[in-house]
Amino acid sequence: MLTALWPLIRAIIWSAIGGAIGYGFASGLVTFTDPPQNLEVQISLAYVGALLGWLFGIGVWKYWGREWFGLKPDHNEIKGASRFFSFSIDHKVIGVQYLVTMVILFLLAGALAMLLRVELANGSQNLMNAEQYNTAMSLHGIIMIAVAVATIMGGFSNFVLPLMIGADDVAFPRLNALSYWIVPPVAVLLILTPFFGGFDTGWTAYPPLSTAANGPDGTLLFAFAFLTFGLSSILGGMNFLVTIIAKRAPGMTWGRLPIFVWSVFAAAIISLTATQWVAYGLIMIILERTTGMMFFAPTAIDAAGVGLSGGSSILFEHVFWFYSHPAVYIMILPAFGLELEIISHFTRKPVFAYKWVVRAFFAIVFLSFLVWAHHLFTSGMGQNLHGPFMLVTELISIPTGIVFLAALGTMWRGRMWLRTPMLFALAMVFNFSIGGLTGIFLADVATDINLQDTYFVVAHFHYTIVGGEIFAIMAALYYWYPKITGRMYNETLGRIHWAGMFLFFNMTFLTMFIPGVEGMNRRVAVYPETFNDINFVVSIFAFLMGLSMIPFAYNMANSWIRGDVAGDNPWHASTLEWQTTSPPPEENFEHEPEVFEGPYNYGRKRAQASQRPARTPAPAEGD
Amino acid sequence: MTTAVRKALPQGLDTGTMNRLGLWLFLVSDASFFLALISSRFFVVRLETPEDVSQILGLGLTILLLVSSLTAYRAEVAAEHGDQANFKRYIIATMLMGILFLGGVGFEWHEAYKHFPPSTGYGTILFTLTGVHATHVFSGVLLLGFIYFKGKNGAYGPDDYYPVEAAVKWWHFVDVAWVFIYPTLYLVQI
Repeated sequence: MLTALWPLIRAIIWSAIGGAIGYGFASGLVTFTDPPQNLEVQISLAYVGALLGWLFGIGVWKYWGREWFGLKPDHNEIKGASRFFSFSIDHKVIGVQYLVTMVILFLLAGALAMLLRVELANGSQNLMNAEQYNTAMSLHGIIMIAVAVATIMGGFSNFVLPLMIGADDVAFPRLNALSYWIVPPVAVLLILTPFFGGFDTGWTAYPPLSTAANGPDGTLLFAFAFLTFGLSSILGGMNFLVTIIAKRAPGMTWGRLPIFVWSVFAAAIISLTATQWVAYGLIMIILERTTGMMFFAPTAIDAAGVGLSGGSSILFEHVFWFYSHPAVYIMILPAFGLELEIISHFTRKPVFAYKWVVRAFFAIVFLSFLVWAHHLFTSGMGQNLHGPFMLVTELISIPTGIVFLAALGTMWRGRMWLRTPMLFALAMVFNFSIGGLTGIFLADVATDINLQDTYFVVAHFHYTIVGGEIFAIMAALYYWYPKITGRMYNETLGRIHWAGMFLFFNMTFLTMFIPGVEGMNRRVAVYPETFNDINFVVSIFAFLMGLSMIPFAYNMANSWIRGDVAGDNPWHASTLEWQTTSPPPEENFEHEPEVFEGPYNYGRKRAQASQRPARTPAPAEGD
Repeated sequence: MTTAVRKALPQGLDTGTMNRLGLWLFLVSDASFFLALISSRFFVVRLETPEDVSQILGLGLTILLLVSSLTAYRAEVAAEHGDQANFKRYIIATMLMGILFLGGVGFEWHEAYKHFPPSTGYGTILFTLTGVHATHVFSGVLLLGFIYFKGKNGAYGPDDYYPVEAAVKWWHFVDVAWVFIYPTLYLVQI
């Protein structure tokens, strides 16, 4: 066991060394400047040192960096379970690393949500004080955001996407490994924040609260964690774009890409460009905290005593939402892809209006860059901007509607096979339509001014991201479970999980709209007595939803060890990832696959092709 | 779907094209970071530029960086033609100009700290933009250094000079970024 963990131990040792060097360097540096009020410069450079040390130790040097100095890099040929703890460049290993990390973080942040609901079960202070509540709320937010971004764009894209396009790996395997190994420091940093005073800003980290001189150091750790996570997201987005453009198997034309691949392509464009903006926002917070710069203070005085116009905290809100609104499309676009993919395979029909769905994806990408300021309707932004941003925001419902129509059109007169993945995909269609419809009230300025910062926003957001994306992730976890592990999950437990999660999710968050409309503020631990009863009900439903995760966690862990052997293609699905063994061999396919037809050749064509399954990889000519 | 299609099957791209594509996408990503930096200038200090900004220094730094882009280009051409002597000469020249640029930025910081420290609006923007850009220049110098030490014994030839091309492309990118930062910091006036 210890030998399996050796790369991790080596990385921890190196990160301790790097952290110590960074701390020492910073301590020397601050002696040349004014006496510092706190240790934030030291913490910053110690973290940078520790991160570099971690990456150095985990294998960036051994398997990659040596090459830059003219030395021969090692090949990572670790086999067995220990490859999951090493700098493996196999996209399937990296996919599993992402998925397991993200499921663990999901359960952790879900447990935090349970704590929040205990606190909110009645209006008085009963479990946590205000700071602890804010820290728990902020941690729940940012960890779930990371899970929502990286489970699909890191986990499923890594494991499934190269298989779907018939590639042997992603375009840049070592970069891929690097983008995964950047993630554990993020998790460690976030888990450490409570020991540095926590952070009370929520995941949005608006200044002046996040740059307050007497604020806790936890905010700094949070900023570094988010920044590091963004780096991973950028590198991943770049890698998947090049993979889809360059690594498709012969015959895999753009028109034959499975719809999930298109959705990842669209989302990767957003993570490649928009993420840089939030990086700048977080760098501004870090600089303002550590060097006393003035991005957000309204006025400043120059050395001659003349007042210069200074920055404004709205700068952060603009920069932050220029990423964070497109970021919800990084989450939901691949979820749409998963939904259509699964509905198509489980109704045995091609995706309805395939080309229009692809067009809709790119329309969403384009519009997503033009809607950020609808988060600023009540922030003091210029009134003249309200109208245009309301209009553009509501325009997004048109391409989203096309995706919905495609989902319904695919199901139309199909023979649905109601296994757990399909049940989750159907639930996603139901939930997301409620999420979308309630979004109209928040896009509309007149209603938003009344509803903003209430539980209506919380309920709406959870309907789109949990009801929409997390349900799609659950569907995909069950759908690809046999491909990833080679074993079948337990169908009964899967259905229990689905029933519990679907029922109690809806009861929790539908109920939550009521205190929202009545004006109950979010992000507070203590609230007026009139909301006591309704919140007690919400808490009970939330606990029941939490309970539904127990069969899920048990099923995932137990079936991996004791599940029935699944076979190569238990769903009789037509896309390429099912035409190889489960789990796939090292280079994914015995022979390089050749593609002659679209991804969903169900129905008429299927009958003609019955002699030769059209998409089974054929041996190369001349073999 | 028979043999006629089989002949026309489009193939995947080769490694060189993939690397170039990846680098271009990374440049697009980094360009959006510079876009964020530049737009923040107009948010924080609008169009104000203090009188005592050293125009001579700004112009000098710009010229230095533009000339270094020319030598970087010559180094790439030399590598492509297998001209070892010129390759080494031009890489060294580019690196020296890069280091001189960093020195110039250091001097600018030293001066700027007296007139507009980081606690003023303009100082905040100046230190941030030049700081981020100088970090990019520093990374470019490091990359050219790697290229020099790997290439000085003739590691790159006409068929395989992609690392030189990549480092030089990065250098050009950093240069172009400065072409936008320079007017943003020095030339904007009310």
